[in-house]
Formats: sequence, structure tokens, C-alpha cells
Amino acid sequence: MKPPDFQLSRNAFGRLVLTTRDGHVYENIVPVRAFPISAPNDGLALIDQEGHERAWIGSLSALESDTETRALIETTLAEREFTPRILRLHHVSTFATPSTWRISTDRGETSFVLKSEEDIRLLSASSLLITDRDGVQYRIPNIAALDKHSKRLLDRFL
Amino acid sequence: MPKCALAAKFFYSAAVGAKASPVMTQTLEALPSATAALPASLPAAWQTSVSLLPNEKILGWAVVDLDARLRFAQELLVVTDQRLFSCALSPENKPVYREWGRHDGLRLSHYDHAGVGTLELFDDHARLHRWRYTLAQDVAILRVIQAFSQWQEIRSADEESATSCPVCGTPLSTDSDECTNCAVSGNIAPPSTWILFRLWRFARPYKGSLLLGFVLMLASTAASMVAPYLIMPLTDEVLVPAEKGVPVDVGLVALYLGGLFASALLAWGLGWGKTYLLALVSERIGADLRTASFEHLMHLSLEYFGGKRTGDLMARISSESDRICVFLSLHLLDFATDVLMITMTAVVLFWINPWLALVTLLPLPFIAWMIFLVRERLRTGFEKIGRAWSEVTNVLADTIPGIRVVKAFAQEARETKRFQEANRHNLVANDRVNRLWSLFSPTVSLLTEIGLLVVWIFGIWQVSQSHISTGMLLAALAYIGRFYTRLDSMSRIVSVTQKAAAGAKRIFDILDHVSNVPEPANPAQLPTVRGQIELRHAVFRYGNQTVLRGINLSIAPGEMIGLVGHSGSGKSTLVNLICRFYDAAEGAVLLDGVDIRTLSVVDYRRHIGLVLQDPFLFFGTVAENIAYGRPGATREDIIAAARAAHAHEFILRLPHGYDSRVGERGQGLSGGERQRISIARALLIDPKILILDEATSSVDTETEKEIQTALDNLVRGRTTIAIAHRLSTLHKADRLLVMDRGQIVEEGAHEMLIARRGAYFRLYEAQARRVDTEFVSTPWNNAVSATDRSSK
Repeated sequence: MKPPDFQLSRNAFGRLVLTTRDGHVYENIVPVRAFPISAPNDGLALIDQEGHERAWIGSLSALESDTETRALIETTLAEREFTPRILRLHHVSTFATPSTWRISTDRGETSFVLKSEEDIRLLSASSLLITDRDGVQYRIPNIAALDKHSKRLLDRFL
Repeated sequence: MPKCALAAKFFYSAAVGAKASPVMTQTLEALPSATAALPASLPAAWQTSVSLLPNEKILGWAVVDLDARLRFAQELLVVTDQRLFSCALSPENKPVYREWGRHDGLRLSHYDHAGVGTLELFDDHARLHRWRYTLAQDVAILRVIQAFSQWQEIRSADEESATSCPVCGTPLSTDSDECTNCAVSGNIAPPSTWILFRLWRFARPYKGSLLLGFVLMLASTAASMVAPYLIMPLTDEVLVPAEKGVPVDVGLVALYLGGLFASALLAWGLGWGKTYLLALVSERIGADLRTASFEHLMHLSLEYFGGKRTGDLMARISSESDRICVFLSLHLLDFATDVLMITMTAVVLFWINPWLALVTLLPLPFIAWMIFLVRERLRTGFEKIGRAWSEVTNVLADTIPGIRVVKAFAQEARETKRFQEANRHNLVANDRVNRLWSLFSPTVSLLTEIGLLVVWIFGIWQVSQSHISTGMLLAALAYIGRFYTRLDSMSRIVSVTQKAAAGAKRIFDILDHVSNVPEPANPAQLPTVRGQIELRHAVFRYGNQTVLRGINLSIAPGEMIGLVGHSGSGKSTLVNLICRFYDAAEGAVLLDGVDIRTLSVVDYRRHIGLVLQDPFLFFGTVAENIAYGRPGATREDIIAAARAAHAHEFILRLPHGYDSRVGERGQGLSGGERQRISIARALLIDPKILILDEATSSVDTETEKEIQTALDNLVRGRTTIAIAHRLSTLHKADRLLVMDRGQIVEEGAHEMLIARRGAYFRLYEAQARRVDTEFVSTPWNNAVSATDRSSK
């Protein structure tokens, strides 16, 4: 893979700055995944603050040679992205919505309010994406991997 | 009917002026009869009265059904390869002929007003004759006019191969045996219960299970017969002797009670097996029925969908198939079980004691009749409830989609009142039925008790006479107690069967419908498509109404055509013909010189990209929607298409990028965004032919500009047909076609059409007159380059 035809750096404000080969400098660059769910590591766009695409990265692995850029992008993405993985469902307040779920995630214990069943999105036969009342997204990558109790609770909503 | 040959004495050369060519005046009586065959489709009345010249071939005919004073009178109008003639019957039942030979300048023209059509024959100097007809004959008259022009051009008659509907004479499109004309008028007959037997087609794959289910049903019913039977020996051999002081034989009691328990256990197991198996099968039959009707529906032409309400079709496939399923698994099963039970009970009773059996079964028909009577009354009540209920649903279906209008006009209270009113109707209907309904089950139990009373009376008398034992009486009572209660459910079978039959009919309506866009048996192959489109005398009708009147059009590969005209001028129909959503009634559409009817529909449509006024996005992710026409597309392809459609950046702005779901709450896309996704969708399949049906008319001018740039990417190198109301959006078109009432009235580049000051000029003026800066500032000078291109 050829090195990217742009340079990425972080300025004093903690924002990403993009310098393209033809010398344009764009501040406040945000990396955006094109397929955050189906292919998170393929297709990344660097978007300026007006929402215009300034650079395109076909795949994160294409940046292998440029570990610095890759690290910059990955840390920025990590700062922006928050999708806790649900490990266990402890309790749900009711099987009708809105329902408050008490859960364990890979980022700790929490509870959230599920507004309606429609907010549970089936990504594949075994993985789910749940959006809570406030728009926070929780993932269940593999339903089968949940314990029996969690599965029974979850099943009432599917 | 007198034999009407072309006898000179009847000959009546009305209105044929001196300058017209001499009419033929041979008498046919001199000629051998049956010189040329009359078409079999000619009504019988005319078969005997018309004879043809030797070697004369009929090109077209019609029955004109009004006379000159607009009174109903039949007259036959025939075009042959040698002449045009008509034959009417005079009041004295004598045939009257009019005849014109072929000569230059002869022409037919027709028009209609207030349901009466007029067909006029002219030559260069005068009107020769005028026929009047009701519009029911319109289609036939159009055929005559076509045949007439064919005759005038002395074209070979071989080209004409279209068959016509035996009922109404409307020409049928190739391979379709359904007549659009007749379908509109509809053949309405009540659904026969026999239609349920057609379900066998879906039941056949499950023959084995069905047979097993039936055997299980027989066995379980038989097992349930054992228990009442054991009452008899139990009473006579244990209870009665015990009363008399004889010590109880424990072994015997154990045997009988064990038998009772075993039979109950057996009936339970068998009943479970039967119900489960048959429910399983009926559910599968229902599912197969649904899948089959949906699959069939997907292949029907757009015309079919145009004539049906969405809700109706949805109901047919979802609830009707479910109703049939419930009928099969529940009602039919119960009914069969009940019939078996009654038969077996009767047999057992007769075996015990024929007289007792007779008395036991005597009240049965009477009770059944009573129940049936009440049921019939209830049924009309339930039908009323059904109608009242649909009224309630209608208000809902009306109001919820139109909620914005309701709110905008502040009519919430009024809609609520409407709903209340509908709900009140429902209440009243229910109240009326409930009065009878509440009476129903007590009545059934009363009748049952009366029946039992009769048996008791007869039984006690018989026991007192020592004709039967106490055990026999008790057994008989136990038997009838079982099935009297089942009579209610049995009486229901009539109405549920009718309902199921109606449901089956509605589903078979779909399944029996032959697609008007049939797949050819041996589709021609088109390895590479250049994108040259040609329409040859394409005619299209909706029922009797002719929407396209003989369109001749040739579009070069890569050319962009702008279709302009008032709404209803046939633009969309023309595009539908090119997409093969419909087939032309007459004439043909050709792609690279090949009739598209000979191509496989799926293959053909693969070459067509369609961008509609209101782009429909399916529930799914953005990526899935873009890849709708090419499910195997890679992510790179999808992104490239989105970029070209100027959709990439706004997609990235969505919370999940390309993985965002469309139609999900809070993620609604604007009209322009949806349109750009649909452009990306069309781009991805890389079609040779592109159809833009009012692609930009539903968005504001700013968005239109964005879409326009996206469209310019799309149009490049493709044969494009664009329909637009805003003439400004067609500035890239190589050629503009102005359509009016189903015909192309003008064609050419913008400048040329403006210079001509015709229909296009008027349309353009009308738009420019609107104080709309958009039109003033639109770079019409772009059209100059378009003119240059098209004039090469």
C-alpha cells in the first residue's frame, strides 16, 4: 500500500489538522467511518468542519506503514465512539416499553431506558444494536454468548 | 335473414360524389358462393348476410351500432384488401350496402363526444359518409381505421398477428389471454364452496401427513367412545348388584376403571397427535399459499397493481391465507371429528339397543335445525358488525396518514367526531347482535336438556319394562351429552366454510391472474446493449381509453430525450412502455432492433435505471438501498456511486454512515437526500438506458441544482429519457418531444421549437410568465450546445 497523500497532525487545541499534498491545510478534521457496523475498519473519511470530505482512507490496515497517522485516527475515533458491549442483563423493570434495563457492559455497570422495541436493531441473526432513550448505543455481538437469565429477559423484547 | 348478396338493385351509392372513383358494382350472385372465408369471429347475424368477392381478404371489421339519427341500429363496417363497405338492414329487413373502392385521398377520421363516436369518410373534396356509434365499439372502430390505413398503404396483411378478445374484440397483447377491456367490467359470480377443493394443489405435498392425521383422528375419536361404553357394564355388573347387597368384585371394578383411565389416556395421546399434526400441516399449507401468491404477485405487471388498492392486496395475502389456515386447522378438523363422533355414537347406540338409539338420535335433527336457524340470524348481525368495524378502520386509515392535513386545518375535533360516529355505529350493531347472541348458548343448553329429557322419559319407561338395563340408559345419556354440545360448533361450519371459500377465491384471483407482461418462452439474448430504442406505432389503452395513439420514435444510443407535455398527455405511459411495466396493445418497442417482448423481463430491466419523482427507499441501511439493484456490489462500488450522486458527504454525516437505517425514526432523510440515494442506486447498476421521471420536481430549486449535477453524472453516455414539468431541467436534452393527448406533436431542440412558436413555445411561455427568477436565470444558452449536438 502506498503511503497516504496527506499528513495528519494534532494541534495545540487537540484537534486534527490535515495537510493535503497540494498544500491545503484543514483544521478540525474528524474521521468518520463509512460502515461503522458492517465494516468498521474499511472506508474512513476525513471530514472538515463544513462536512466536506477532504481525504479518504480505503482501509485502516492500509495505514500500516504510517503508524503515527493510524494512531492519531484511532485515538480520535475512540474518543468519539461510545458503544458499550452488553455482557449481562440483570433486571428489566417491565416487559412493556418504556422499560429500564439494568446491565453490565464492558465499560461497567449501568442502566438505561429502552423507549420502544423498535430501538432494538437486529444486525444479524445473533447480534443486536440497542439504542436507549438518549441515543446511546449498546451492542450485543453474540446473543448466544449471553447467560441464560439475560437471554430469557432479552427474548421477551425480540 | 334474407341472403344479402351485393345485388345491384339494393346497391346504394350514397354520398359518393361524381369525382370519387367509380364504385364497384359487380353482383355476387353471378359468382360461385363462399369465395372467401368470413372470419369466424364475425357475429352470426352477419355471417349469412355478407359475402365476399373472390380472393377478398377481410382486414378489419366493426359493428356500428347507431344510425344517422342516433337510434340503435346495427351496421357492419368492413375493410378488405379491395374495398371498404358497410351493410345495414333496412326497416323491411333488406340489406343496404354502401361501398367504396380504393382511391387516393380517401381517409377516415373519428372523434367522440358525450359517449357517441363519429367516424367520417372523406376524399379530397367532400365527406363521403358518416357513421355513428357508442363508445363500446370504439376499440373495434380503431381497428377498422388501422386496417383502413393499412389497406391504403397496401401493406401486406401478414404483419397483423394480434389476436383479439373473443368477448369484446379488444386486441390482446401477445401471450396474454386476459382482456383488459373485459377485466374492467368484471365477471362477478359468488364464490362457490367448490373453490376450496382447489386448495388440494397446496395440500398435495403433505398427503402422507394428512392421511396419518386422519387415521389419528379416527383412532382418537374411537378411543373417546370407550369411556361411555364402560359405564354400561360398570352400572349393570357392579353398581346395581352392589345396591342389592352383592359384595363388590374388586378385580372387576379395577378392570373397568383401569379401562376408563386407559381409554382417557389413549384419547389424550391420540388427540394431541392429531391436532398437532394437522395444525402443522395446515400452517404449512397456509404458508405455501402466502408464498405462492406473493411470488405470483411480484411477477404481475404494474397494470395489475394500478387497478388494485394496496390494502386490499395486503389483506388478501396476509389475512385471507390466515383465515383459510384457521379454517383447515380448526373448523374443518372439529367438524370432521364431530361427524365421526356422531356416526360412531349412532353405530354404538344401535348396537346396544336400536330403539334406544332411535329415541336418542330423534331430537338431533330438530336441535340441529333450531341451532342453524338462530345462527343464520346471528350471521347477518355479524356481517353488520363487520361493516361497522371496517368503517372504524376506514376512519383510522384515512386520518393517520393524513394527520398533517388534519392538524394544518385544525380538524382534530371533526375527525374525532367522525371516529366517534363510526364507533357508535359499531356499538349499535354489536348491541343488536348481543341481544340474540346472549340468548344463544342458553338456548343450546335448553335444547340439549330437552333432548336428554326425552331420552330419560323413554329410558325410564324402557327400564321399567325391563327392555334395557340401567347401564344401557346411562351409557346412552353419556353418549348424547357429548355431542349435543358439539352441535353448536357444527352449525358454525356453514358460515366459516363460506368465509373460507370467499378467502380462497380472493387468493386464487391473484394466482389465476396471468401477467400482462409475460416472460417469453425462449427469451432472445442480448449480450451487449447499445441503448438504441425504437417505438413502432405503439398504442396503449387503459380499458377503452386510448392513452398512446401510435407513437413512432427512434432514440439513438447515448441520446438524451426530454419529454414535455401537460399531465395526462401520455409521457409516463410512454416511459412505462419502455420500461416494460406494460406491454403495448399494438405496435412494438425495440431495443437495439429487438422487440423487448422477446427478451426476458428481468434481463431487460437490468439495463434500465429508473429515477422517480418520489424515490422509494426500502427499510434497510443506506448501503443496502444503494445496492438494491446489485446486491453483490462491493463497498467501494457503493461509495463510488454515492460520490457520483453527490450523496457521499451527507451519508457520512448520518450517525452510522452507510450503515444507517433509512426510515428509522429520527433518521428521516430529506426529499433531496432520498433522491440522491436513488440516483446512486440507478448509477450502481450502470444501466444503458436511464429514465428520469420528474426526478427533480419534488424538491426546492437549491436541492434541484445539487440533484441536477448528480444527474449530469448519471446521464453521461447513457440513453436517457427525462420527463420534466420544469422545462429548465431539460437543458441538457439533445432533443425535446412535446406530447399531447397520446401523440408526439412536436420534436426538436429547444431553440428550434421556440422558433416554431407551436405547442412547446406555449408551454415555455406559460412557465416563463410565472414570476419566477429561476426561469429567467436558468442558463438556457446551454440548450444551444444541445442543439449543436442534435443537429449533427
